[in-house]
Parts: sequence; C-alpha cells; structure tokens
Amino acid sequence: MIDWSFGGGIFIAKYNYWISILLMLIGFYAMIAKGNLLKKVIGLNIFQTAIILFFVSLGDATLGSWGKGVTEPIVKGTLPWAAGGIVEHGVVYANPLPHVLMLTAIVVGAATTAVALALIIRMYEEYGTIEEEEIIEKERELGV
Amino acid sequence: MILSVVEQFPVLVIVVSLLSAFTILIAGWLNKKSCWVISFATILVQLVMAVFILHHVLTVGTIHYWLGGWSPPWGIEYVVDALNAYILVIVLSLALICVTYSKRSIAHELPQKIVSFYTLYQLLVTGLCGVTVTGDIFNMYVFIEIFSLSAYALIASRGKIALKASFTYLVLGSIGACFFLLGIGFLYSVTGSLNMHDLSLILPPLYENKVVQAAFVFFVVGLSIKMALFPLHTWLPDAHSFAPSEISAMLSGIIIEVSTYALIRVSFSVYTVAFIKLLPIFDFLCWVAAFGIIIGSVLAIAQYNLKRMLAYSSVSQMGYIMLAVGLSTSTHSALWGGLTPALMHILNHALMKGCLFLVAGAFIYKAELWNITDFQGLGRKMPYTCAAFMLAAISMIGVPPSVGFVSKVYIILACLESGKFIFVAVMLLSSLLNLVYFWRVIETMYMKRGEGEERSHSHSSSSKIDEIPLSMLIPVLTLAGLCIIMGVVWLTEIPLPILDQVNALFGLGRYAIP
Repeated sequence: MIDWSFGGGIFIAKYNYWISILLMLIGFYAMIAKGNLLKKVIGLNIFQTAIILFFVSLGDATLGSWGKGVTEPIVKGTLPWAAGGIVEHGVVYANPLPHVLMLTAIVVGAATTAVALALIIRMYEEYGTIEEEEIIEKERELGV
Repeated sequence: MILSVVEQFPVLVIVVSLLSAFTILIAGWLNKKSCWVISFATILVQLVMAVFILHHVLTVGTIHYWLGGWSPPWGIEYVVDALNAYILVIVLSLALICVTYSKRSIAHELPQKIVSFYTLYQLLVTGLCGVTVTGDIFNMYVFIEIFSLSAYALIASRGKIALKASFTYLVLGSIGACFFLLGIGFLYSVTGSLNMHDLSLILPPLYENKVVQAAFVFFVVGLSIKMALFPLHTWLPDAHSFAPSEISAMLSGIIIEVSTYALIRVSFSVYTVAFIKLLPIFDFLCWVAAFGIIIGSVLAIAQYNLKRMLAYSSVSQMGYIMLAVGLSTSTHSALWGGLTPALMHILNHALMKGCLFLVAGAFIYKAELWNITDFQGLGRKMPYTCAAFMLAAISMIGVPPSVGFVSKVYIILACLESGKFIFVAVMLLSSLLNLVYFWRVIETMYMKRGEGEERSHSHSSSSKIDEIPLSMLIPVLTLAGLCIIMGVVWLTEIPLPILDQVNALFGLGRYAIP
C-alpha cells in the first residue's frame, strides 16, 4: 500500500507521484486558461500523460506501491526468464498490469488527440483562426 | 464452464455491433444505400438479443461471461444482472428508433457523409452496450471512451458551429474520462483488482481509507461531467443543439443516461450502500440535483431555439434522475423505495426526450425551422408531428397518465418518505416551469396563425397538410404513443418486479438492512 501519510522524505521518496500531480495541474491549467485550441489539446495530452505516469508508478515495485504483502508474482512456478528459472515468494516483482492498462490508455489518448486535431483543422478551414475568442466572435457575426 | 446460448449473448451484442461497424464502412464503398440496411438489421438483432438476456436474467439469474475463458478477477468478465439488462433494452430500443428515423433525415442533412455516419453510429451503439454489460471497471473506461469519441465525431458531422460544440464536449468529456481513470488508478493502488465484484469484496475493510474515498469522488466528478449534472453541464446545450437531430435524441435520451448507469454501477456494485451511508456525498448530490432542476428549467425558459430549450430541459431532467439516485439509500418502501424512481425516470426520459428531439428534427427537415417563434401554424401543417410533440410535452409537464406524471409521483413519494420536503417543493416548482416553456411552444404551434394564413380562410391552401415521410413519422409517433402507454403500464405496476430485483441486488428499498 502506498504510504499516504505526510511524513519526512515523502517528496523525495515519492517524487514520481509529485511530478504526476504537477503535470496534471499544468495540463489542467492549459485546458482552462489557454485561448488557443491547439494549446488546449496540448494541455489535454499533458493531463493524460500525467495519469500514465501515475499508473506506471503504481507498477514500480521498488517503491513498495503494489500493495502490502503483494510481493507474489502473478504467475507462480518455473519461468525461463526469471532469476535461476524459479519465481520465488517474497521477492519484489514489478507489476506488469498497470503498464498494460496504460497501453490501452495511450491508444485512447492518441484517438482523442486525432479527433481533436481533425476538429481544429476543420475549424481553421471554416473560420480562418484557432483562437477560441475569435471563433466565438465570428459565430456571433453569423448570428447564432 | 458450459454456457447456454443466451449466456453468450452479452458478448455477442458487442461483437456483432463492432463487426457491423466495419462491414458498413466496406459496404458503403459499393453501395451507399446498404449502410442503413446493415445498421438497422444489426441493431434489430441486438435488441432481440437484449430482450432474451432480460428474460433470462429475470427467470434464471445473473449471466456471467468470461472473455477468453479467463476466470475473474484476472480476466475480463461481462456480468449482466437485472440492472444491466433493463438499461441494455432501453439503449437498443431508442437506438433502433433513431436509426429508423435517420434513413431519410441523414440522406437530406448529410448526403455526403452517409457511410461515415452509420459507421460511427454503430460504434456509438457498441460503446453504449459495452458500458452496460461489462463487469470490469477498466473495460468500462475503454467503452466510455469508445462511445464518447464516436459521439464527438457525430456531433461535429454537421460542420461549422457544431465543430466548436464538439470540441468543447471533447475537452470536457476527456477530463471526465481521465478523472474516471484516475479513480480506477486509486482503487487499483489499494486493492490490486479491477473486477467490480472482486473490488466490492476487497473494499469494505478499507472504507475509512482516504484513497478509497478520494477514488469515489473522482468517479462521481468524472461521470457527472459525462452526464451533464448541473454545474458541469456547460458542454451540453451546444452539443445538443448543433448535432443532427437523431444524435441529439441519442445524446439526451441514452448517452447521458448510460453515464448515469455507470455512476449507479460504481456506487452500488463497486462500492456498496454501507460506504455511501458513511459519506454525505449522496445528500450533496441531492442538493446539486435540486439546483440543476431549477436552474435548468429557468434557462430553458430563456431560450428561443427549440433544440437549445430541450437541451436545458435535459439538464433539469438529469437533476430528477440524480435526485432519485441520491434519495435511493434513504427510502424503504416496496413501491418507490431504492433505485426504482431513478431507473423508471431513465426509461421515461429516454422516451420523452427522444420524441421531442426527433420532432425538433422533423421541423428542421421540413422547413429549416429552428426557432420557436417560427412555429406559427405548424399545428395545421404537420398535425401528426405536432400531436406527437404535444403528447411528449404533456408528459414532460407531468399530466396523468403519462410517463412524466408517474416518475414525478414516485420521486415526490420518495422525497416525502425520506423527509426532505424541500425537494417536493423543487419538484412542484419545476413542473410549473416545465409548463411555462412547453406551453409557449404548443401555443405557437396551435394558437397562432401562420404568416400566409388569412383570418377567414383557415382551410386555405397555405394550411395544407405537409407531413414528414412515413419512415420518420412512425418513430416519432411510436415514442409519443409509448409516453402514454408506458405511463399506464407503470401505473399497473407490471414492470416493477424488474426494478425490485435491482433493489434486491444492491440491498436497497425494502431489502435495506436497517
């Protein structure tokens, strides 16, 4: 289990989580504050990357983040690539599952970005700008 | 594990739909007209399967399907119980009605984009069914993204202003989905599991844990964006008003409802009633919903564009559903206790809003009429469409024996039982506000004369009947008829055992442990 208590060394020991939170806030800020649609998409990507970093950190067994007592490997028994050919109890293994989940999340992120970029291209063709304010102004001129 | 045929249906509902999406893409190259046929046939087959699933679930019991034969909690599992099966039937019924309607309307509105429209539509249906049948929380996230991405593209399909609406929805929707994913990450960090049933077994000793509580908040906020709960509804009015009408109907009738289903599933299947009673979050949701009901209705009155008015009305209707969900843990009656009013209103809202948006689409199809003030004399020009609108509108207002009346009665009874009288006032006030904004439309349609109409010649040439094609009229009239018929059926209490099973499943209503 992650030690969520606010103790000494938490900044250094869990630095990847702090970076993840920082990235999340940067992404969030970009999505809210930036008027340029492309920058909003970049903000969204940073936000998604932060979540990917968070999940990948969960799988890092050296931080003991994979739950207390869960030092068992997913597959028990003999594996050719494990040290000595035998997977042992009590040895800390990196958890592959969050990493695999993030493969899916990366695909979803790529698809979202693709749709967003396609929309931006179409908007640029339509309005000649990708600044949110200018698009809203032109919409008003069209009388909606 | 040997499964009967019906027990294979949960996965087939998705596989058939997904394969059909790509078949449409290929078939569209050869013949554009085949797209609609394939889409219609697929959704019909899916609906038949869904009905069989519902029957099986009610008579035999919950269906478990292990994907690839991997046993849970390691493999992905599809679990269909009374709640899923009920929602699945609603999703596919409205999808079928909208696809029937779309044949002529898409050929008219988006003649260049027929192939991509039906491909995306089928992907949308796939995503919605996926969210509904899955028993794995990460799988649910993936399906949420599948239906959201299809919805973004479908909203944008009209071009111009719809692009901006779609982009706003995309940014907000992605934030919502990311919050959901973050919630999954938090739960995974403490439990190491993603299977909903497995999570519900591991979580109870950890309910006091801050991580578990934070995860719940992330789920609620993320899904509230997706379902356009009041302060997070800002994407909804634009998206609903600029999308093609059948997509507006799907958005309002199904997409935001499926997100609500996801929240119900997470609240009661992953977490349990015991956890919800631990935190005051459902009380908070009740208040948010009450504000949503009032503010949504007030904003609806301020609109002159019909679809925009209906969109704000959806915000207020989502408030109804969330209010009912919020009250579900504090009611114990056999009739209106637990989730019954919420699930009832999910179906009823799908019928009413589906009908209203399709009628709004009919006006656009026939004469590019967007604004309520232009509807003068339509009651005589399009008598059947306007009659359908009126039936759905009186349902929204809550005239007996329509569906809207039944939902309102059940929600008010639930408010009374839990002793929250302020919400009774909110419900009554909102009915009044509904009356204000729907009556305005009905009055314009029936009472005011059209521009070309003379006073003395009410049967003159200008008031000739000019109806929409039959393939559009039948879906509209079906939904309008169902608004009344389902109201009567609810009053006879025949379908209530389905909802009672849901309460039994989650330990709500009369099954609650005091």
